[in-house]
Amino acid sequence: MTDQPAIELVGIDKKFGAVHANKNINLTVAKGSIHGIIGENGAGKSTLMSILYGFYQADSGEIRINGKPVNIKDSQTAINAGIGMVHQHFMLVENFTVLENIMLGAEGGALLAKGVASARAELKRLETDYGLDVDPDAVIEELAVGLQQRVEILKAMYRGAEILILDEPTGVLTPSEADHLFKILGVLRDQGKTVILITHKLREIMAITDTVSVMRRGEMVATRKTKETSVEELAELMVGRRVLLRVEKGEASPGDVVLSVRNLTVKDNRGVTMVDNVSFDVRAGEIVGIAGVAGNGQSELLEALSGIRQPSSGEILIDGQPIGRASPARLRELGLAHIPEDRHHMGLVLKFEEYENAVLGYHRDPKYGRGFMLDLDAMQADATEKIEKYDIRPPNPRLKTANFSGGNQQKIVVAREIERDPRILLIGQPTRGVDIGAIEFIHRRIIDMRDQGKALLLVSVELDEIRALSDRILVMFAGHIVGEKTAEAGEQTLGLMMAGIAA
Amino acid sequence: MDYIDILISILGSTIRLSIPLIFTALAGLFSERSGIFDIGLEGKMLASAFAAACVAYLTGNAWAGLLAGIATSVALSLVHGFASITNRGNQIVSGVAINFGAAGLTIVLGQAWFGQGGRTPQLTADGRFGEIRFPFAAELRDSGYLGKFYADVISGHNILTYMAFAAVPISWWILYRTRFGLRLRAVGENPGAVDTAGISVSWLRYRAVICAGILCGFSGTYLAIAQSAAFIKDMSAGKGYIALAALIFAKWKPVPVMFACLLFGFLDAFANFMQGKSVPGIGEVPVQIFQALPYVLTCILLAGFIGVAHPPKAGGVPYTKER
Amino acid sequence: MSTASVSLPNWITYGLMPLLNLTLAFVISGLVVWLIGENPFEAVKLLLIGALGRGEGIGFTLFYATNFIFTGLSVAVAIHAGLFNIGSEGQAYLGGLGAALVALALDNYLPWYATMPFAILGAAAAGAAWAFIPAWLQAKRGSHIVITTIMFNFIGAALMVYLLVNVLIVPGKMAPETRTFLEGGQLPKLDWLMELFGLKLGAAPFNFSFIIALVMCVVVWFLIWRTKFGYEMRTLGISPSAASYAGIPYARTVIITMLISGGLAGMMALNPVMGASARLQVEFVGGAGFVGIAVSLMGRNHPLGIVLAALLFGILYQGGGELSFDMPNITRDMIVVIQGLVILFAGALEFMFRPALVRIYQNFVKA
Repeated sequence: MTDQPAIELVGIDKKFGAVHANKNINLTVAKGSIHGIIGENGAGKSTLMSILYGFYQADSGEIRINGKPVNIKDSQTAINAGIGMVHQHFMLVENFTVLENIMLGAEGGALLAKGVASARAELKRLETDYGLDVDPDAVIEELAVGLQQRVEILKAMYRGAEILILDEPTGVLTPSEADHLFKILGVLRDQGKTVILITHKLREIMAITDTVSVMRRGEMVATRKTKETSVEELAELMVGRRVLLRVEKGEASPGDVVLSVRNLTVKDNRGVTMVDNVSFDVRAGEIVGIAGVAGNGQSELLEALSGIRQPSSGEILIDGQPIGRASPARLRELGLAHIPEDRHHMGLVLKFEEYENAVLGYHRDPKYGRGFMLDLDAMQADATEKIEKYDIRPPNPRLKTANFSGGNQQKIVVAREIERDPRILLIGQPTRGVDIGAIEFIHRRIIDMRDQGKALLLVSVELDEIRALSDRILVMFAGHIVGEKTAEAGEQTLGLMMAGIAA
Repeated sequence: MDYIDILISILGSTIRLSIPLIFTALAGLFSERSGIFDIGLEGKMLASAFAAACVAYLTGNAWAGLLAGIATSVALSLVHGFASITNRGNQIVSGVAINFGAAGLTIVLGQAWFGQGGRTPQLTADGRFGEIRFPFAAELRDSGYLGKFYADVISGHNILTYMAFAAVPISWWILYRTRFGLRLRAVGENPGAVDTAGISVSWLRYRAVICAGILCGFSGTYLAIAQSAAFIKDMSAGKGYIALAALIFAKWKPVPVMFACLLFGFLDAFANFMQGKSVPGIGEVPVQIFQALPYVLTCILLAGFIGVAHPPKAGGVPYTKER
Repeated sequence: MSTASVSLPNWITYGLMPLLNLTLAFVISGLVVWLIGENPFEAVKLLLIGALGRGEGIGFTLFYATNFIFTGLSVAVAIHAGLFNIGSEGQAYLGGLGAALVALALDNYLPWYATMPFAILGAAAAGAAWAFIPAWLQAKRGSHIVITTIMFNFIGAALMVYLLVNVLIVPGKMAPETRTFLEGGQLPKLDWLMELFGLKLGAAPFNFSFIIALVMCVVVWFLIWRTKFGYEMRTLGISPSAASYAGIPYARTVIITMLISGGLAGMMALNPVMGASARLQVEFVGGAGFVGIAVSLMGRNHPLGIVLAALLFGILYQGGGELSFDMPNITRDMIVVIQGLVILFAGALEFMFRPALVRIYQNFVKA
């Protein structure tokens, strides 16, 4: 039995309407190994794992656990087959205690009292065996993200999982939390458990996995022993052709300071300080990049700068003038444009027709209608112009925005913000979930803006993108700016700074 | 009558008026804690009152009436579940539909079957839940205030009244001490957590709305064959909404629900007492003030002026895992 | 495979599906009629004759439809901004107060056409005022507007009863109602409009409010799809986060939307109060606010759909009333049953047939 692989997927296929999320996937995962699955956002990794966990049903294909075919029709079957999953968005009840969350679904009887004692004992054992320590009586919403994730792992182990799937587990972790997680995963493997790690970060794959499989556009394109592959090879497999993330650009010629941030502190909706006493300047004609692991305050910084979120203290100045509590609308009038991090939730209204989105935020401009009225003809003419200029496909301003591809949706946003000819441009994750062709196009536009003397602030979790575009790089960690470097600084130096280790 | 006598008489009617509110608000508690908004409480109460009165009249048995009331109310709960759980429809709209359906159907059927303008025939004592006299109640009535309180506030109610007060700790125990309760509270906060734990979200929520149906069955039955001796059209008269207000006022917690219902019941009893009476220095206090007060208080609470009420996080949102 | 993401042609989504839902609601209504021992087909015939057979019936049908157009528009406007206003009932009730106060103040001095603009403003302002507090609570304190508007229906009812019983009542009279308005405080009947079609209005209270309602349909259509504020409402309704990104002020948009919604509900009062009974009475709204929910749902929140749905409900109300004369076994409350079923099937179960239709459609396309 020992030579049987822990998991075999044979010919797994899954469609969501017109989207072919998984195409005839074959995958073998050896017992007692850490197996990485890497691919860009939208490559179909999460869907595949959700099928394995019984969250979705495959349209066709077979799943074998320890050599035996299993029909995983729901999560209960998966749990019974020894599969545990840590979702990207934690599946925890926030106002429950750790203990209640862990017992949920494995209560050990119709009355809670019976199960509580044995659950506590089992938690104690898991703590000593794997170093998974959490206070069982703490309420989830009061725990740090890293600890919440530990509860998710505990939930799986408590149910006797032999196979643990982690979906993008480090996206929300600080580097030290991520290190701790990797240590735990190492212990699990050493105890004979099988771990599947889904990620789009090459570094993690190289650091911890034994084997790696690469997915691209719904297909499983390769499986390699980690020791026998390289970052370069994996990157190429992920995107399909050799990427040259070097963008042609000349020297920057920075002018006057346009945007200044002084001692800015911003809290999130829960009241947690996410940006802590941050100060910096952005000059005309330069791109300032903010590097950092997601969740270190970049999103809140962008929201504060664009007027969506009011800072709790500190000042933002445009041309030396404090903007006070200016609204996003007022900031647009001052010449500040914003390509938001999340086009689905902020940048676009997916149910709108394309031309309606082409004016979002600028809809009060007299250009689009006098007084309180909207001039649909003017809006559509304007949209058509942008569609041509940015090669947005299909070139139909009356098409529902949801029906455009990710790259074309992003182009709608980029066109809208850049064509306003702003003096300041805030850019968040400009190429997330965007195909290579559109990435090059968007990068080119960003450089052009700089060369026209605009002040640009770029936030991206893709270090390569930051290094390729930025003239100066600020590294953000735990709400602080921990240092400034130029693009010449090596990936390693920046990586250490992002991890909060060196400055 | 001195003040204590008045007080005791008001407290007695407070209890009588609170009972349907307690059953109904607890019904709402089960449904809403599982993430299913229920503004169809009113309709379920009305329909079960009608069913209880019909069956109690036909069989002459109050317990058969209770069973019929529960069955009818559960059936409506299943309609609500089918719309809002299986078909992921709008829960508010479904509740409104149930209220309309019940309001219309009870009168149409009542008129067609009994021809008394929507009333059901008057019940005899057998078809009703009668008063239970506690031992020595009559003897103790004249032995001072405590005895009077015993005789007129604690004793002398029907069995459903005592069941309502028993339902409060039982509901608490189910919600906080059983597996079903843990899962029910979880599914109202984060159905994803329940689903990934291998538990069916739909079946769990169906069970929750069935619980709501059972409890509404008790409240409707109480109205028709315990408090009254027949079904009268529109006899729920907005009590389902007051119960909903009480549920919110109690911040979706079982024991506070009882106190909120007693408070709203007291306001009602007090309004009845004050009707036509004049307060020195103020004159006659309009009864409408007391009628509006539960709603005003609930709005003030919702506005966050008396603490913060957190409704169940997943409330009103149909669960869908497909993207 | 999942059917949720498959898109169907418009004629199925906006034509066939609502038709199926409606049919099912009526089939079940027919079963109820059959259950109480009457012939459903006969009942439908009587209902249609009662509603559309004579000029007077049509007049009544249109009179009821006028109410439902106003309340339907009220619900629809709020829904476009993502707000579920189930307080149209109470807002309409208060609207009656606004209209009545204007009529009582001016009917002695002005002709109806001079009173009317003030009455429209008065009714709209009172309805809007009653929507303001729930709107403010939603916008500033995050209180759930569904719940607060329910509460305000009851608070409004208590307030109106108090005012009618204690303040507005004619001294010496028993009935809790105002005095009858003079001609200057009444809206004229539209008998001339009926005569254009060779119909006699008779005693039906079909009045000028109908024209105001149709004008409001155009105004609402224009507001939602042709104004900047409408664009902001729709953005907020579909994606609150995109609205905040776009600098659309949440509180202001919520409050203004609800004021418009409440104003439309308030204007409904013109029809019964100034157009029919010429006085303010208790409970004159009679559930029209709730019918507005059904009308808006069935009409897909579009003014044209709302007019059609309002006509349907007008037919039900008038025809149902007539039916109860001819078939005494079927009381007027049968309308309420049908209403409940329509709300259930056209509203809460609106997509019940979708998965099946998707399958049939896909097979059809493949073949």
